[in-house]
Amino acid sequence: MNNRDVTRRLLGPAGPELTCDACFEQLDRYVEIELDGGDPHSAVPGMAAHLEGCPACAEEHESLLELLRSAPTEGP
Amino acid sequence: MSDQAFDWVSALSAGGREQDDATRRLHELLLRAARFEVNRRRSSLDGSVDVDQLSSDAAHDALLAVLAKLHTYRGDSRFTTWAYKFALLEAAVKVRRRAWRGREVSLDADAWTRIPNLDTGPAASAESSELMLALRRGIQEALTPHQRLVLVQVTLEGVPIDVLAERLGSTRGALYKTLHDARRKLRLRLAEQGFDIDSGRKEAAA
Repeated sequence: MNNRDVTRRLLGPAGPELTCDACFEQLDRYVEIELDGGDPHSAVPGMAAHLEGCPACAEEHESLLELLRSAPTEGP
Repeated sequence: MSDQAFDWVSALSAGGREQDDATRRLHELLLRAARFEVNRRRSSLDGSVDVDQLSSDAAHDALLAVLAKLHTYRGDSRFTTWAYKFALLEAAVKVRRRAWRGREVSLDADAWTRIPNLDTGPAASAESSELMLALRRGIQEALTPHQRLVLVQVTLEGVPIDVLAERLGSTRGALYKTLHDARRKLRLRLAEQGFDIDSGRKEAAA
């Protein structure tokens, strides 16, 4: 880890960000907008910054994206 | 609310056989998502871990969480997407905690002083060294011991926030708030000292 990485990790994102609870609440909507080619950053302000700053939420975001890419849509 | 959402929510609340069938089907979906997550993170687990049991436990806990939160589903996404996130969360947290079981996590607020990551040595540029020194002083002087502990363990030591929360008897949300407050204090302090934080440069004194 170089100094740039250390600085980025210590200081986190610059802008306003969601809390972990709000991130979880919005995660499904955010990911569907991403997969539909929409603008998730405008739809859920503060989500991208939180995903930059919170490794755990970022991992779960990536997992939901990958799961939906790999799984067919379920009914009913 | 979409028809799709109405079907799930109403079926899961219908009572009798319809509810039993919907619950069983939901459990299958959650188990699929939990297995997906456990398999993604399997390399972090040692070979003695029963990954099928871990997935099953995660799916069970996710099912309880989904049913408890059913009344909060607003139809902003497909019901299955909404439900999947509960299974992914339960599985991810279980894998992280299992992977760190038996590993020491220093709860010493001054442990950061022993971490060699804040490189101010000859390989670092002058600007970078100056920022690293300012960061080190900021951590020492501006943060509380608890903020130092959370900041350093999560960001430099790579301790998953769920694992640290478990060790401290706290929650992810509470620890992230601590982390956020610590970062804000550091950013404010560095800005007051004239650092253009996101470029890493110190602005010339007027």
